Amino acid sequence: MSSETAVGQPGQDQVAAALPESASLAPKPAVPLFGKARVLVRWESALVVALALTILLGALTSRQFLTSENIFSNVCLLYGELAIMTLPMTLIVVSGEIDLSIASVLALSSSLVGYLWDQHWPMPAAIGAALAAGLACGAFNGVLVTRFGLPSLAVTIGTKTLYAGIAEIVLGPSIITNFPTSYTTIGVNPVPGTHQLLSYSALVFIVLAVAFAMLLHATPFGRSVTAVGWNKEAAQFAGIRVKRLKTLLFMVSGLVGAMAGVLYTFRLSTSEPDNGIDLVLPVVAIVLLGGVSIFGGKGTMLGVILAVLVYCGLQSALLLTNFNANALEIVTGGLLLLSVLIPNGGELAARARRFMNRYRVSGTQ
Amino acid sequence: MSTFAGSLRQPAGGVDGGASSRRLADLIFRAREFGIIAVLIVFVAVTTSVQPRFVNSQNIKFIFSNAVIFALLAMGETLVVVARHIDISVGSVLGLSAYLSAHLFSQVSGMPIVGVFAVGLAIGLGCGAVNGAIVAIARVPSLVVTLATLYIYRALDVIIVGGGMVVASTLPNSFLAIPSSSWSELSSVPYLAMVIAALVAFTAYCLRSFRSGRELYAIGSNPDAALLAGIPTGKRVFTAFVLSGGVAGIAGVLWAATYGTIDSTAGYSYELTVVAAVVVGGVNIFGGSGTVVGAALGALLLATINQALYVLGISSFWDPAIDGFLIVLAISLDHWITVRLTSALRKRSLYHVV
Amino acid sequence: MAGPDLAVSPGQGAVAPVLAVTGASKSFGAVRALEDVSLELYPGEAHGLVGENGAGKSTLVKILAGAHHPDKGTVQVDGKEVVLSGPAAARDAGIAVIYQEPTLFPDLTVAENVFMGRQPLRRGRRIDAKAMHHEVVELLGPLGVQLDPERIARGLSIADQQIVEIAKALSLQAKVIIMDEPTAALSAYEVERLFRVVENLRSRGAAVLFISHRLDEVFVLCQRVTVMRDGRRVLSRPVAGLSADELVRAMVGRDVEERREGGAQRGEVVLKAERVTREGVFTDISFEVASGEIVALAGLVGAGRTEVARAVFGIDRYDAGRVLVEGKALKKGAPGVAMAAGVGLVPEDRRLQGLVMELSIADNVALPSLRRLRRFGMVRRAAENRFASEWVTRLRVRFGRYSDAAAALSGGNQQKVVLAKWLSRQPRVLIVDEPTRGIDVATKSEVHRLLTELAHNGVAVLMISSELPEVLRVADRILVMREGRLVAEFSHDQATEESIVAAATGQLEMAS
Repeated sequence: MSSETAVGQPGQDQVAAALPESASLAPKPAVPLFGKARVLVRWESALVVALALTILLGALTSRQFLTSENIFSNVCLLYGELAIMTLPMTLIVVSGEIDLSIASVLALSSSLVGYLWDQHWPMPAAIGAALAAGLACGAFNGVLVTRFGLPSLAVTIGTKTLYAGIAEIVLGPSIITNFPTSYTTIGVNPVPGTHQLLSYSALVFIVLAVAFAMLLHATPFGRSVTAVGWNKEAAQFAGIRVKRLKTLLFMVSGLVGAMAGVLYTFRLSTSEPDNGIDLVLPVVAIVLLGGVSIFGGKGTMLGVILAVLVYCGLQSALLLTNFNANALEIVTGGLLLLSVLIPNGGELAARARRFMNRYRVSGTQ
Repeated sequence: MSTFAGSLRQPAGGVDGGASSRRLADLIFRAREFGIIAVLIVFVAVTTSVQPRFVNSQNIKFIFSNAVIFALLAMGETLVVVARHIDISVGSVLGLSAYLSAHLFSQVSGMPIVGVFAVGLAIGLGCGAVNGAIVAIARVPSLVVTLATLYIYRALDVIIVGGGMVVASTLPNSFLAIPSSSWSELSSVPYLAMVIAALVAFTAYCLRSFRSGRELYAIGSNPDAALLAGIPTGKRVFTAFVLSGGVAGIAGVLWAATYGTIDSTAGYSYELTVVAAVVVGGVNIFGGSGTVVGAALGALLLATINQALYVLGISSFWDPAIDGFLIVLAISLDHWITVRLTSALRKRSLYHVV
Repeated sequence: MAGPDLAVSPGQGAVAPVLAVTGASKSFGAVRALEDVSLELYPGEAHGLVGENGAGKSTLVKILAGAHHPDKGTVQVDGKEVVLSGPAAARDAGIAVIYQEPTLFPDLTVAENVFMGRQPLRRGRRIDAKAMHHEVVELLGPLGVQLDPERIARGLSIADQQIVEIAKALSLQAKVIIMDEPTAALSAYEVERLFRVVENLRSRGAAVLFISHRLDEVFVLCQRVTVMRDGRRVLSRPVAGLSADELVRAMVGRDVEERREGGAQRGEVVLKAERVTREGVFTDISFEVASGEIVALAGLVGAGRTEVARAVFGIDRYDAGRVLVEGKALKKGAPGVAMAAGVGLVPEDRRLQGLVMELSIADNVALPSLRRLRRFGMVRRAAENRFASEWVTRLRVRFGRYSDAAAALSGGNQQKVVLAKWLSRQPRVLIVDEPTRGIDVATKSEVHRLLTELAHNGVAVLMISSELPEVLRVADRILVMREGRLVAEFSHDQATEESIVAAATGQLEMAS
């Protein structure tokens, strides 16, 4: 034991003393993972039910809901990039961090593509540059978090603004729209062979979703991510290189954000500095809704994928009913709150009761 | 049977009683506020040397009207952040309050200005109470809660506003004059700025002199120890969120007075600038340290920088980039300072070196 | 001895105890932590509480701190029965506990730390900072400690943090001050200072319950001592007239078990440390561990043993020297490199470092070895389970399914899982840090037998342990560290508890 402990690190004894015995840190007798697995399955099942209800709601309120046209235009096209960004975000949140800058990387990537195209770069090169920029942004985030040990919440609030700012500087006041149709077709036409259903971005999402799911759940890297999220120190003691892992995750996030930016630009056929800036909050909301814990460790890719579907389904169903388009955000916010309140369920009710009693019994404490 | 007399060793360097440690720590923490003022002065000096017109009443008015709102928001946010929480719904609360309060002027004839402020405050307190209740009772991380309410409050705002807006012409002149009126044309520092400065000073005093204020810092410094010490953490955190909301509500009314025209985009994305101001102002994002004075100065600094850039002809496109860079710089600096300070303080109290 | 050996000093019968625990019993599930334990503390005394790990000391402390409720038995303070429903109740009853790792507010001043929530007020309910400062000075003065009340708590040494906690206890009018292993992380000078503080507390009439593994200190500081063993009180006597041997025998309750037959096949040197130094933590550490031998690293807590292990394994960096495995130097600060060279480390804290509690048994065992299980880039559950099964079965871990969370297992079984994790990698060097801490007696023997068997099969074992019986039983060679340096080495045959303790506490020069 080192002879100097940082001030402010509670030993287990003190914390155990502070908590009521029911919440003691002693291991609870036999709560097998299977029981926990049951809880997880409950979460995904709830999402499946929610999805079914959403589809039902949509189908009932509008005849157009289940048409391929609607699915293509109002689901796949509209939310493709958003969906794509939830994938690396899941990994990052599972590892115990957060990346609020991903949508700004999207904006930066979009600006770069527009600017470079305007400067007569060949399109593949412009796209390559944008992707490289995404990687660099992610690396910067990673270095700040791992080398400097800064909290990712604060860092990415800063880099969120920074990257968006750079996007504005790159493009200046211009708006680029003259992209070649061979690229902008992704914003108009569905992928051939998918019955007019899927947009290119949706296809990318599906492919990436499978890849990320396998990565998180079936590869050593993914297992390490989960371990790091639950207990960084124990992961280190098992030989996992935590810093390298987190930096890689941020870089992947940057890369995928840049990819989303490229898709976004071609879909809208417009390169504008504030492209996609608003998307980060729904991305985080969906990840949390998918059952991923903000504290790290807990969460499945399946949950997030389901959450993406529920979100998109709800949004488009409501859109079709002429629900106030902007008020859809209430739905996002409500879903988010529910997703964190429900797991606490009974504990919440008990604590609320105690809270009320305390206020009633004593004025000051 | 004492076995220790032989191994008794005098403390290295003598027992200094920690007085110099105190001075060191004090210096560094005070330094943040002085540092901001120093940067401020440098900025103004440099800008004025390039563009002498910078220090005219017009610019000063702009800076202050901008700074005042963010200083208020930063003050409220600080209450929450020192307790190791965060409130990113302030922008939405501001927007909601701005519209609803200003709207009253056209709804209720002869609406007293004080009444409008009261309504704005009430709206803010209510929104803050919802945040606080969920955080304190349900123990949901505040980032998640205020992320959700950011949406919900904004959406409520949109629903209520619909496609409409409040137009300046419906607002009484005395109301619109609040942000810019000053007691003489020579000093263009608006009344309002002084009122806000006084409010910030008062809040700083309360945080320092009342038990509940100190307890907020304790909660942020070591939440587990706070529980052990018998601090009513739930109550304190709840109150912090209520106050943060209330402050945002008042800021909303001031926003309405400043801009006159209010639609559903009022306050959009303000939370980022608020967090920037707070962080630049030296408030530790992990809680436990930092002052409202620093946060308010941070807001002033950001407003000054933005205005200075504008005056220097640097396009406003640079603003977000610079803001972002400043946040990153401020956080890194804070962290570096804490690390250095901790090791310096440790060395001073080490009696026995192996 | 049939019943507990209780002897009250002459004259003490007249004074009433300030704290009296009567017939306390506490079980956690099937584990009987306390069995009919009674304890009396008299005002003005320093009372030592000793016992091996698992004897029940910490359970007793938790009961007195209000963290646990006894199943049976009462606690009386000043003759009145008290119900310690929580930490606040304990505080109100006048009981203060100073833990090994104090919890202070790093960003607040010493004065605020002492008085948080109870700051003296002046007009208008505002904090009276001057009065607070004054009161803290008054508290610290008689303790003979120089500490600036306006200094922030960040960076205070553990010793100083303890002083702040003691000041806090005093400000709460504590009558009983319980110190749980307070000297574990203190330097000799700081221990002296703490003892003076305890003297001062005694002179004020407070009772101090001093829990420690360091018997020397108990003899110096305390007037009476209580020994606990297997959840019961076995002895409560004045220190005067008691010998260390008697104390040890009461703690252990049995003669030290037969030692392992010495002279194992000692093979080639596998692990070698050459003058490894980490500034401020340990200096000039050189040792060798050969295949087939078990080398124990003994010493008091805070001597730097765990830090050496961490540096060897690569969790921490070091400043000078090198570590070689089978003749090849290891890159420092890279656990992966050490692991690839065949080194495994079973860390001190199995809950926070040894296992990821929320992950399954199979996941935990497979975690360091996932690369080896990879097929086409992926790892399948079945492969993990198969990998884990070998050692989990050999170690006879008791569990439900491979998918059970590690948190569901008992302490002993958790430790077995950690061992399984490393043994599955067929290490050449196994470093174990406090391998049987907090484990039941039966599993303890199993672990000892396992270590012996491993050595027999050619593994080089470096064992860090604070439990002398364990060290004497299992080790071929014993190295002793004190305050960051290696001060003694004993062979299996030469070593005695007394000589080890003497070396660890600095009473013996380097002996071989």
